[in-house]
Amino acid sequence: MIHFVLLISRQGKVRLTKWYSPYSQKERSKVIRELSGMILTRGPKLSNFVEWRGFKVVYKRYASLYFCMCINQEDNELEILEIIHHFVEILDRYFGSVCELDLIFNFHKAYYILDEILIAGELQESSKKTVARLVSAQDSLVDAAKEEANSISNIIAQATK
Amino acid sequence: MALSGMRGLSVFISEIRNCQNKEQERLRVDKELGNIRTRFKNEKGLTPYDKKKYVWKMLYIFMLGYDVDFGHMEAVSLISAPKYPEKQVGYLVTSCLLNENHDFLRLAINTVRNDIIGRNETFQCLALTLVGNIGGREFAESLAPDVQKLLISSSCRPLVRKKAALCLLRLFRKNPDVVNVDGWSDRMTQLLDERNLGVLTSSMSLFVALVSNNHEAYWSCLPKCVKVLERLARNHDVPQEYTYYGIPSPWLQVKTMRALQYFPTVEDPNTRRSLFEVLQRVLMGTDVVKNVNKNNASHAVLFEALALVMHLDAEKEMMSQCVALLGKFIAVREPNIRYLGLENMTRMLMVTDVQDIIKRHQAQIITSLKDPDISIRRRALDLLYGMCDVSNAKDIVEELLQYLGTADFTMREELALKAAILAEKFAPDLSWYVDVILQLIDKAGDFVSDDIWFRVVQFVTNNEDLQPYAALKAREYLDKPAIHETMVKVSAYLLGEYSHLLARRPGCTPKEIFGIIHEKLPTVSTPTISILLSTYAKILMHSQPPDPELQNQIWAIFSKYESCIDAEIQQRAVEYLTLSRKGAALMDILAEMPKFPERESSLIKKAEDTEADTAELSAIKLRAQQQASTALVVTDQRPANESPQVSQLAMVKIPSMNNMENNSVDQELTQANGILGEVEPQPPTHAPDADILGDLLSPLAIEGPPGVSAKSEHNIVSGIEGPLSEDDALALAPVGEQDNVVKPIGDVAERFHALCLKDSGVLYEDPYVQIGIKAEWRAHQGSFVLFLGNKTTSSLVSVQAVILPPSHLKLVLSSVPEIIPPRAQVQCPLEVENIRPSRDVAVLDFSYKFGTNMVNNKLRLPAVLNKFFQPTPVSAEEFFPQWRLLAGPPLKLQEVVRGVRPMSLGEMANLLNSLRLVVCPGLDPNASNLVATTTFYSESTRALLCLVRIETDPADRSQLRMTVASRDPTLTFELKEFIKEHLVSIPTASRPPPQPQIAASDPGALLAGLL
Repeated sequence: MIHFVLLISRQGKVRLTKWYSPYSQKERSKVIRELSGMILTRGPKLSNFVEWRGFKVVYKRYASLYFCMCINQEDNELEILEIIHHFVEILDRYFGSVCELDLIFNFHKAYYILDEILIAGELQESSKKTVARLVSAQDSLVDAAKEEANSISNIIAQATK
Repeated sequence: MALSGMRGLSVFISEIRNCQNKEQERLRVDKELGNIRTRFKNEKGLTPYDKKKYVWKMLYIFMLGYDVDFGHMEAVSLISAPKYPEKQVGYLVTSCLLNENHDFLRLAINTVRNDIIGRNETFQCLALTLVGNIGGREFAESLAPDVQKLLISSSCRPLVRKKAALCLLRLFRKNPDVVNVDGWSDRMTQLLDERNLGVLTSSMSLFVALVSNNHEAYWSCLPKCVKVLERLARNHDVPQEYTYYGIPSPWLQVKTMRALQYFPTVEDPNTRRSLFEVLQRVLMGTDVVKNVNKNNASHAVLFEALALVMHLDAEKEMMSQCVALLGKFIAVREPNIRYLGLENMTRMLMVTDVQDIIKRHQAQIITSLKDPDISIRRRALDLLYGMCDVSNAKDIVEELLQYLGTADFTMREELALKAAILAEKFAPDLSWYVDVILQLIDKAGDFVSDDIWFRVVQFVTNNEDLQPYAALKAREYLDKPAIHETMVKVSAYLLGEYSHLLARRPGCTPKEIFGIIHEKLPTVSTPTISILLSTYAKILMHSQPPDPELQNQIWAIFSKYESCIDAEIQQRAVEYLTLSRKGAALMDILAEMPKFPERESSLIKKAEDTEADTAELSAIKLRAQQQASTALVVTDQRPANESPQVSQLAMVKIPSMNNMENNSVDQELTQANGILGEVEPQPPTHAPDADILGDLLSPLAIEGPPGVSAKSEHNIVSGIEGPLSEDDALALAPVGEQDNVVKPIGDVAERFHALCLKDSGVLYEDPYVQIGIKAEWRAHQGSFVLFLGNKTTSSLVSVQAVILPPSHLKLVLSSVPEIIPPRAQVQCPLEVENIRPSRDVAVLDFSYKFGTNMVNNKLRLPAVLNKFFQPTPVSAEEFFPQWRLLAGPPLKLQEVVRGVRPMSLGEMANLLNSLRLVVCPGLDPNASNLVATTTFYSESTRALLCLVRIETDPADRSQLRMTVASRDPTLTFELKEFIKEHLVSIPTASRPPPQPQIAASDPGALLAGLL
């Protein structure tokens, strides 16, 4: 099971966090501090696994961003490593060659996408196509509602003219 | 892609990004929070758009790590908005801002349920996602049936059903009872026939959780799993979008193989054949390719297949294939594969007899010990530790010693401990053992715990042949220019005892020995000075005929320390000075230390404790623990020349450091003091307790009021001795000692006491069984889960667990299976209800049969008084009226308690807090007093506020006055006695309070926090 997902920039800035096990805000900050200290300092040619407090953290660096997922000791590390890549590929497809800025300004979109990939710290969907379809369906629901709202406000505006 | 689509939000984010430093960022955040707060206050003016914008900002701020202690209501209220855009934001922000422990979440249960049972598919998805990510126990109880319906409904589309499967998984984790096993095995079988791979993947995750809890119910699913594997790995029968770099859903393959590992075996020959065909294909058909992702994915499957083969203990041929593969992996350059190769090789050590094949790779493994990656180094260390035996101990330990010089600081302590243990367990001869330990102290003194040097002293004392050698070595180390203080201690001790055996060697006259030791005195700390003084006394005693010059020199030192501010040193100085003037009498008193009684190595114990103390008891963990115990069995075949037959399972526990400061010398002092001080002789019952290096019960230790402190010391011993003492009769109550040939690992009483203060951990362990416990408490109710784990490779039969409840508790234990299959773990929920206050303890009568042995244990359950407390801080306005209202007996009781174990006020406050009595600072004007409050829950009393006041005397820490008040006379009395027990009897005394230092590294503790 994945206990949490962290996206941290090379400078140690938090870009996204998702917690599937209950941590208090204080514990969250501590976890992030400890892990950034451990992971950001690691050299490039090392393994993608870090042992931490009896857990394992699987991480991978994409450009300036580190994607980290914390799992139990007996979980399959490589499987998680590829869940990270799966997530990144979907982000990439959605944003069109994703960069850190996309995730900073659209952190909420990243959350929606993550929610289509993981629930309860487990993989929900392994088809990129399906995830893309579901996320764009959500987007169009939101757009439709916006248009509707606009047209109503237009009607009101005209009526009260 | 550009900005967020919400201008205000994008502007805010860029402003945060533009902040030059943390201080500016905080100012900006504070300003924004103030703004949001005012906007939320007059909610009328807020459009849905504004509301969304503000909760997004809140989430962003929260994600950056700032506290956001308002606005939860607004986020939660968006959930009930009628339109999708608001609802979507509400669900997402709520699931990020809150966690399952927030009361606020309860407000949402109804809305969430309505969305789940409603007809709107998109709303169902949102609701299931929220519950799946942060649902807690209450959600489990109220929503599980609805979620199950969605999962098996034929009218629901896959996008809903896959979410329902994972949502149910979460609820099941929170409360296993929500999935009714009887009904589910059939449904699960059907679910595994699912064609849609999204639904199947989610269902498989659910299945892994169900089967890990109870595989018996799901035998019918086993062939389905094999079918799934065949479909994926053999037939490649999956839609294109579900292949990942050409591999048919590697994730589903991994999960399926994981599920199969929870079945003890595959019996049906056809199924077995099909499964092995697939496994064979995976083992042989996985090649290393250039593409990283493809490589990772195929190796994820491969390593899972390896684990499954190891688990099924397949034909020898397949196993040797596995070993060969692992041998290849640990030599590759790719770090991930090498890491996993080492890790899996360590696992393999535990399941089969492949030690000899693995030994062939020793050189390769040692190379990995020098890898630049600490993760790999750790795996290599673990593997070397696991594969060490008599034949390769010398090589491995020497490698470890060499590595110690360059190892990371974070690893040194573990490394030192492991080297010391291996040296002790597999020493080909004892002089080598002494060499290793001294080198260890020399190279990494800071990381060598006291246990390690106590242990070497113990060995040397018990082996006459070794004494001259050890003394000579100690003498050599003293010549080094800068040596670690631990080295000073051990050398001084050894030379004090045995330097006379070296007398004829150059540089070893008493005078020279004294000179070189005394050189170190100015640089050492107080405890070491005490040891040095004892050494001087011993040197003096051994220099016969007396050398007047040396004598004067030493006497001068004693006189100097006669006025030392440290009481221990002062006392030694005074006594040694007087004694050494008595001439011949000195010889008797300072005679050589007698041999130590044989006992379990405290080091091995320590290593075991760190391994065993964990709440997470998965099948694989159990395997790991099993390894620890087989490793111990090996020790029994020690070489014959090694006289101390250390019985690994002996229950005599070594008292830990805090009781035993300077214990190396205390024993001498016991004797010394006996003559000088005319203290009453030691009670004979205590004599056999003479402990490793010193005697805890030496008359010296008795300083408090005699009556009470004698009692408390008795209790110390009981804490240490486990099964032998009366106090713990309940904890172990061996039913006919001959029957119980199985000895528990670790101290049962100590485990119980630890569990009184925390809610998860190991209750009992022996070589076959481990019983873990996890508890949750709510008001007067509690629910336990007992984890019964079979550590062996054969079934445990006639398993029985019966609860013997005291009259004040209602206990309901769900049925316990009669058989625990090999290496499996079963979970048995146990519900507790507290009827009225009492200090009586419930007992679990647990028995099982292993081979022909019937093993029976009566174990105390940690459902004790303080578990029904809810820490309730109280203000002065509330406290004093109550305090006055409860005027006197029987509602308010006061008692002067004597023989309180020495602790500072801070420690006492911590103790009270750990008993869930929350200390309220500032209520009592006198700074040496403590006031604590809590709420007690029971069915008969309902919630009752309890008030406690403790007045201490800074001049005499051994006594205090305690006043306890509540509206119930029984509660007042029981609470008073309860606190007294904890202040006096010191259940944790034989070990320093474990919580603080473990917290950082103990997975169990951390896990308890997570679950």
